[in-house]
Amino acid sequence: MSTWDDRRPARTPGMSAKEEILARVRTALAAPRRDDVTTYADVPRAYQRADDKQETGTDPGKVRDVLVQRLEDYTTVVHRTTEPAAAAAIAQALDGAGSVVVPRGIPGEWTQGLDAQLLTDDGTLSAHQLDEVDAVLTGCHTAIALTGTLVLRGDELCGRRAITLVPDRHVVVVRAEQVVLGVPKGIERMGEDPGAPWTMISGPSATSDIELDRVEGVHGPRRLEVVLIEPEQPAGDEPSTKEKQG
Amino acid sequence: MSREGRMDTVDLGMPAVRPQHASPSSHLRGTRGFPAAARDALGDEVLRGNLTYATATIQAKRASVVREMRDWQKLRDAGSALKWHVTDHLPELLEQLEASVTAAGGTVHWARDAEEAGEIVTRLTLERGAQDVLKVKSMATQEIGLNETLAHAGVRVIESDLAELIVQLAGDAPSHILVPAIHRNRAQIREIFLQAMPDIDPEITDDPAALAGAARRFLRERFLDMEQSVAISGANFAVADTGTLVVVESEGNGRMCLTLPRTLISVVGIEKIVPSFQDLEVFLQLLPRSSTGERMNPYTTLFTGVAEGDGPQEFHLVLLDNGRSAVLEDPEGRSALHCIRCSACLNVCPVYQRTGGHAYGSTYPGPIGAILSPQMTGVSDPEDPNATLPYASSLCGACYDVCPVKIDIPSILVHLRAKEVDQRREARGQFRGTWDVAMKGAGRLMSSPRAYDAAVRSAGPLSRVLPGENIGRLPGVLPLVPGWTDHRDLPHPGQSFRSWWAAREKHSAATDQQPGARDEPEQPKAPRSGSGTDRTAQNGGEA
Amino acid sequence: MRISLMPTCLVDVMTPDVARSTVMLLERLGHEVVFDRRQTCCGQMHTNTGYYKEAAPVVRSFVDTFESQLEEVDAIVMPSGSCAGCVREQHPLVARHEGDAELEERAAAVAAKTYELSELLVDVLKVTDVGAYFPHTVTYHPTCHSMRILKVGPRPLRLLRAVEGIEVVNLPQSDTCCGFGGTFSVKNDATSDAMVTDKAANVVASGAEYVVAGDASCLMNIGGKLHREHAGDSAPRAIHLAQILASTREEPFVPSGTILGRAS
Repeated sequence: MSTWDDRRPARTPGMSAKEEILARVRTALAAPRRDDVTTYADVPRAYQRADDKQETGTDPGKVRDVLVQRLEDYTTVVHRTTEPAAAAAIAQALDGAGSVVVPRGIPGEWTQGLDAQLLTDDGTLSAHQLDEVDAVLTGCHTAIALTGTLVLRGDELCGRRAITLVPDRHVVVVRAEQVVLGVPKGIERMGEDPGAPWTMISGPSATSDIELDRVEGVHGPRRLEVVLIEPEQPAGDEPSTKEKQG
Repeated sequence: MSREGRMDTVDLGMPAVRPQHASPSSHLRGTRGFPAAARDALGDEVLRGNLTYATATIQAKRASVVREMRDWQKLRDAGSALKWHVTDHLPELLEQLEASVTAAGGTVHWARDAEEAGEIVTRLTLERGAQDVLKVKSMATQEIGLNETLAHAGVRVIESDLAELIVQLAGDAPSHILVPAIHRNRAQIREIFLQAMPDIDPEITDDPAALAGAARRFLRERFLDMEQSVAISGANFAVADTGTLVVVESEGNGRMCLTLPRTLISVVGIEKIVPSFQDLEVFLQLLPRSSTGERMNPYTTLFTGVAEGDGPQEFHLVLLDNGRSAVLEDPEGRSALHCIRCSACLNVCPVYQRTGGHAYGSTYPGPIGAILSPQMTGVSDPEDPNATLPYASSLCGACYDVCPVKIDIPSILVHLRAKEVDQRREARGQFRGTWDVAMKGAGRLMSSPRAYDAAVRSAGPLSRVLPGENIGRLPGVLPLVPGWTDHRDLPHPGQSFRSWWAAREKHSAATDQQPGARDEPEQPKAPRSGSGTDRTAQNGGEA
Repeated sequence: MRISLMPTCLVDVMTPDVARSTVMLLERLGHEVVFDRRQTCCGQMHTNTGYYKEAAPVVRSFVDTFESQLEEVDAIVMPSGSCAGCVREQHPLVARHEGDAELEERAAAVAAKTYELSELLVDVLKVTDVGAYFPHTVTYHPTCHSMRILKVGPRPLRLLRAVEGIEVVNLPQSDTCCGFGGTFSVKNDATSDAMVTDKAANVVASGAEYVVAGDASCLMNIGGKLHREHAGDSAPRAIHLAQILASTREEPFVPSGTILGRAS
């Protein structure tokens, strides 16, 4: 064995691993830096934050346009609709699905007239059972426009995490008031309940592991559709991405 | 917290506990130095092609999504400062993290080195009767060789990330932080799958979508059967104030492992801390754009301890040192630990682009690996392969430009070179290699103006001494010549500048006194302005 | 202005034309050039290879030489991005390593008056059209240290575009390192060779007659490769920015300094 390979890290007898690691780190940090120690207050926050003018001042309609564009960029199918037409848009997004699992807390109107077997998740469906379901329909906690991100909290509206993972099609209903412009505002909203399980979804499951060629659809849902419920002056009932729908 | 305060916490009553380097069993060191390993990689045409294509693709993607961020540099400033804050206050933040995770129903374990982490994970796995465990791609578990440790205990590990799966099925080693199979092209991956996947369609094409589909089918049953089992992950960030762990991924395999099993074990380096939940606003912007060149990666999971009725009902966090404390010991080098594993520095590095990751011999390749690996393992011997890593760079600086947390990799590379040289200089009898002798000689000559002036002027036209023994008299270029001329030609410089200048001075002085004086050998042109006076501010005096 | 020339050790010995051109150029612009024969080297090779202790007396010698001129000259010019970068960024580092606070301070004073050629022309002498004439196609390699340490930015290109008769064409992957890296080119010669091979191919692909840069070391690397791999004397040639800017209708650039063949 080569000489450089001989020395094993020493452990101090009578010390727990925690005590020893902390002591090692303290010894190491005793060698001072040339520049000053950085305190939390020193962190420069000049980047665009949640309370920035751009975040709060941008017209909500424009923010939604950005969201739609960014969602579509990564091949999410978006259905822009209004409250009265929401059920129809959801039905269209779920078209062809024979069975749909939903979390307990979604509004009843969303599934009115849905031509599919509806399974309300009671927490007992196994992964194998979920695998037999065609689609999952959930709400959303926050949608981040600039990154095209849907933020789901493990709650009654978005469901426990397994139900949005195993079925192959995920339809997310986003309300206008859930849409924010940037990541900082999204994190701020998540931070109101940091202990919850959170899932941030930006486009369908994908991989770039083969020659860095992006391929949609690996282990998560291969099809992601968003129903965006907007206030007056809707953009129209038609899905905004025609050719990609299917 | 002040520096003095921190020093007070060192217990002076006991022998000081020294920071320790990584376990020798860690995957942090190759079997030979970088130049030799690189030479082999450079000779592999297929590898070169795969790397060139892949790194060019991802670099372009990164550049385009970074360009659309007007506050990118400000985000980098914030990311860098946050990381410095974490480094400066690591002991307190670690204790805070432990308290937060415990309060949220998780169990925290501390692992001094690779062996201890392996023991903890193995014990937890065996106690739960798991024979198979699923893994999410994790640098820390790769670093400590966890798969091998578990296999030794009879536990089968299944890598769930596509690229890790490719590497695992091929019996290969990862070569990139983000895309471990970057060295394989689609045709090679098809072959690997045909060999290793029992139920694969033998007619499968090498279309990436078809290959990804095969991986989906191969892993699907394993994911779905996991409900009573154990999964192992790393984490991108661990939030001290809330105890939240963040795992950033693309495929959904991470979500499977973090959501479906009964027990989750996360092995996380002690440097992965983010002070507060809100600080994720910085890192969740910096990481995806730097890493995959996306505005946001498809999936990010944030979980805090155990959530009743949702996901694993048992959560263990293993906090890993394994050489990290040794990195912290060097104030000039410790920011290597700020790395968020985006791999932008690999993709932009002209050395990595040509040699690939295996030449670095470590889990951490590329520019960041060249500063991280030798600091984690320590370099106690000039023959240590990791001693060559700080030299595996032309110091072009492209890595520093793209680093989302502004790690000054080129400066740390030079610092580590100096450290290694100093170490040899101080060790008796070691400071007499070719380079040492050449540098000492050149240094002496270059700090003696008279001797230097005489040497350069007497060397005359370089062609007279090239090639040949007299080359030792050419101070500036002395050690460069042989390796140089294997690959390139050299200019024929003729008379040195200082000889020309001296002749011109003499000539113009003579012209002033005696118009029509003879030309000097190389016909220096008379200056057109201010001619006639001695322009040499200070004459060193001729030897 | 009175300008002190620090041609750099490499230019002094290996590519003296570059220094001569710098003198011609600055004098043509009406400035006075001085050269102090006590100068040797900036110490970059030692520093970047980790030999700080051996670099220290070199740095000290550099500081001694140029400090003594500070009162008498308006600026110090180096026709090299990496050497100017070394003076600015690394001299303080070497001084600190030696624990010599006084040297650090003196080095900073010298560095404050030290400029790379394009910086001197554009920022100090406030000139972009230097009255040069160069009727050739050129492509510009920015060189890493000019670009990333000194951040000279578009200055060299602005100077080039003002040259009469010149055609500047795009260099593919121009901001990728040529593979020189000082002792890197020897310690990791195979990797360095792979890098310069690609750089030379890109120069050829640009269709230019000349590849121009502000660093003689990078040029020696690229030019040496072009000569070796691409048809010798008919290959594109490496030329320093100073050589183009010194060239005029009356005294056009004459390629000199033929290339040595393979040194066995």
